[in-house]
Amino acid sequence: MRMLDRKLLRDLRHIWVQCFAISLVLGCGIMVLILSSGTQRSLEATRTAYYEHNRFADVFASLTRAPRSLLPEIARIDGVARTEGRVVFTAMIDLEHKPEPASALVISLPPGGEPVLNVPLVRQGRMPRPDHLDEVAVSEAFAEANGLRPGDRFQAVLNGQMRPLAIAGVVISPEYIYTVGSGAMEPDDENFGILWMNERAAASAMDLSGAFNDLTLTLAHGADERAVIAEVDRILAPYGGTGAYGRDRQPSNVFIEGELKQLGTMAAVLPPIFLVVSSVLVNMVLGRLVALDRGQIGLFKALGYRNRSIALHYSKMTVAIGIAGVLLGWAVGWWLGHGLTEIYTRYFRFPSLFYRPGTAPIAISGVLGMTAAVLGGLRAVRAATRLAPAVAMSPAAPPVYRRGLLDRLGGLLGLRQTTMMILRSLVRWPGRAAVTLFGVGGSVAVLVASFFTFDAVDLIIEELFERANLQDATITLAGPVNASAELDARALPGVLSAEGLYAAPVRLVNGTRSRLVSVQARSPDARLSRLLDAEGGTVRIGETGLALTEGLAEALAVRPGETLRVDLLSAPRGSWEMPVSAVIRQSLGQGAYMNRDAFFRLIGQAPQVNMIHLAIDRNDLGALQARVQETPAIARFTLWSDIRRQFEDTLDESLVTMTVIFAALGMLITIGVVYNAARIQLAERAYELASLRVLGFRRREVSYVLVAEQMLLTLVAVPVGWLVGYGFCTLMADGFSTEVVTIPVVVTRRTYAVAALIVILTALASTLVVGRRLDRIDIVSALKQKE
Amino acid sequence: MSASHTDHSAVLRTEQVTKIYRSGEVAVHALRGVDFTLRPHEVVALLGASGSGKSTLLNILGGLDRPTSGHVHFRDEDLTGLDDDDLTEFRRAHVGFVFQFYNLVPSLTARENVALVTEVADDPMRPEEALEQVGLSARLDHFPSELSGGEQQRVSIARAIAKRPEILLCDEPTGALDSKTGIAVLEALIEVNRNLGTATALITHNVEIRRIADRVVYMADGRITHEERNAARVAPAEVSW
Repeated sequence: MRMLDRKLLRDLRHIWVQCFAISLVLGCGIMVLILSSGTQRSLEATRTAYYEHNRFADVFASLTRAPRSLLPEIARIDGVARTEGRVVFTAMIDLEHKPEPASALVISLPPGGEPVLNVPLVRQGRMPRPDHLDEVAVSEAFAEANGLRPGDRFQAVLNGQMRPLAIAGVVISPEYIYTVGSGAMEPDDENFGILWMNERAAASAMDLSGAFNDLTLTLAHGADERAVIAEVDRILAPYGGTGAYGRDRQPSNVFIEGELKQLGTMAAVLPPIFLVVSSVLVNMVLGRLVALDRGQIGLFKALGYRNRSIALHYSKMTVAIGIAGVLLGWAVGWWLGHGLTEIYTRYFRFPSLFYRPGTAPIAISGVLGMTAAVLGGLRAVRAATRLAPAVAMSPAAPPVYRRGLLDRLGGLLGLRQTTMMILRSLVRWPGRAAVTLFGVGGSVAVLVASFFTFDAVDLIIEELFERANLQDATITLAGPVNASAELDARALPGVLSAEGLYAAPVRLVNGTRSRLVSVQARSPDARLSRLLDAEGGTVRIGETGLALTEGLAEALAVRPGETLRVDLLSAPRGSWEMPVSAVIRQSLGQGAYMNRDAFFRLIGQAPQVNMIHLAIDRNDLGALQARVQETPAIARFTLWSDIRRQFEDTLDESLVTMTVIFAALGMLITIGVVYNAARIQLAERAYELASLRVLGFRRREVSYVLVAEQMLLTLVAVPVGWLVGYGFCTLMADGFSTEVVTIPVVVTRRTYAVAALIVILTALASTLVVGRRLDRIDIVSALKQKE
Repeated sequence: MSASHTDHSAVLRTEQVTKIYRSGEVAVHALRGVDFTLRPHEVVALLGASGSGKSTLLNILGGLDRPTSGHVHFRDEDLTGLDDDDLTEFRRAHVGFVFQFYNLVPSLTARENVALVTEVADDPMRPEEALEQVGLSARLDHFPSELSGGEQQRVSIARAIAKRPEILLCDEPTGALDSKTGIAVLEALIEVNRNLGTATALITHNVEIRRIADRVVYMADGRITHEERNAARVAPAEVSW
């Protein structure tokens, strides 16, 4: 081994803790990159394989009723590969162990048994036999949540008629990876599931023999989706088509896209912080080493070593730090990525686990990591090569201090001399102070951004459940009925008040932009469910015009006062031009709202309702549920307390895990920066600090010089971190928001305080660890060496 | 050898002090049974070759180091059993140090370097007063890098005496200085001794400097070989090297 390399190994052994701290910070950046982008790629691959293998459709449409003879016409549309007409409807499910009814979406299976598209995958048992009309397959999530197995039987209300059904098998489907019932925010597996039933049984229950009310199709390679959708809409319009849509509006697919997008945001926002911080740390530590090696560098040059060899020697140290960080990041990122992919696979119930982070993230992260480390060392390496041998071998000139503003300040405030030492050091080495400021500020910012998710979710929950939706329960009716049903609902046991509304499918069009949504016709005096403005106040729906949710208004590029075309996709169908009257705040879901009287006047019908919000006395809940179950006109009964519990449960697990991980990462930056800064400071000031001990300064007083400088910088960095953190929150809210989910940018004082507190305590612990080295300083020998 | 009888007038007194440094297998006997006394008002010069044990003795006297065996008394108090914190308190209250390399804090001005000590002392003089005693009234607001070696050493003397210590321990205070500057430094030391009555122990390589002391203690090989008393102290200005 060459002597310089031997020296390198010994140097590394001497400052391995410092180097390791940098490698850790660097590794975090690499890890997050591999974790998020690797998981993203793996999930994409898994989903694509699932979609292909189980023939997930490209276009979806609902309609009222069309004869099966229409299907060949649709199949002939240019660009359509395969079509399938189905009977789809909602049923109430009565499970023995449950007091309240559940609901299910029933999907018909073709007479041959296996569907052409959206093929369910059997997990237990088998698919229903074509000749067994009472057999069904049940979605796995629903089966698991309710302890259902093949062979179990239960009662269902199909179109108002009670029918006994038997479970043939438990299945999953690419169409319902994520199952949310209409009107729900989150999957509620206990209360909502999917049933697959023979077409004959389904059609006879719905009086749809020889007809279909749901269409799915796949596109030929290179087909124009928009053109196909337009043609399908044209064909289905006379049959009550509510507008076809592609995968980009298919709820389950949209949700998964959102999750993938979030992983992408994580990969984009976090790693750069870690890479830059580690780069700066390398600069700091190597700079110190070169300063310390000054005499030796002079000697090497005097002995005839070329500048190149010396540059290479010090660069090797940065390479070592880089390699350690990259390998660490790869290993932990790979391992965590596998775990995360596994969690997602289970959560989404993907049929198989593909963990394929791909070579690109590995290569990119490796290059980025090594670049960060080597670039960080560049300044110090250059300083080493620039030293002239004669100059290098004589001791460095003592630092020059100058009088300035600080002296007057010190006198004015009556600062102690130890405090003056700190302040002068900060002013003398502003670059070093800036490094600590930058790192600690970054740490605070990462923590603010991770705790911000709690704030955002708290606000969403508060708006959703405490300000917008004050109803205790919602009844979804099997079909529209006269508005007087509101009065009937009031007569149900335990009902304190009832508010009916009418939801209808519409297409909103503004130029080339259009969206399929549901418009809710509601009373302006509604007290249970309310609309909120941007500030969270209640909005009274106006006499004219449409109120749109923020995300929808943005997607359609309209503002209040501007006009939209509204195509009503249910009877009596029709198109109207209508102004946007208000934009309302709604974090989850998108929709349009309209004054009930105005709506029915417009379509020329008597007011109807198909949903009723209820305020109830919980003491009578049992009686109410019993009555609901006996009422065929009620398709679904939802308790808002269930929705809220489900919502909070789902969020709690993933949020807490994420927050703990990010908080740990944020703390790591502080540890890396403050520990290194304090070590360097201790090394450079050992002589000075030992002198203080000789003069009779107590340990505490001497550690003060070391600790207070780092803590002062930390305190200054906190507000900087708050500001940057707010910026991160904006980026994250933007990255996590989709058209249907708007993450509000709201950071509470609690978040700022907790982030600051964690960083301050971490910084304090890191300096105190270094401070303990002061106890081990041999005062006498420290005095003997002239720096 | 000096007398081993107990001298209660002494400020500092050692009894059979030994110091052994171990480094791996090797044991270095730095001190081999030293009895030494420092009395109020006197100036003692410690003379000896490199490695004779002068600095080790001075460090033990000042509470910077502990003897391997034997005892050190400050007045009637035995310092031998004190822990690190107690030794710190001892130095803080009673001892002033002057070192060959000044040991000033580079980021503090002359005045501030002295104030560093006066801030933590019980009954200190004002920093300006201490600097005046060493003839540096005109350089109060200069940083060490702006002062000559002699000036820096005088700042360190001012810093050592500002808390009015009973004991002043100087380890080759003129070692890094030319003779003219060295004399100015010695004059400052003698001036302080005269004004404050500080018992002063002074290590030097330079045999000429012994003439400014009341007493001269010769050391070799970790032992005090002999001691002599000067009939009269010579003013530093009359010493030359």
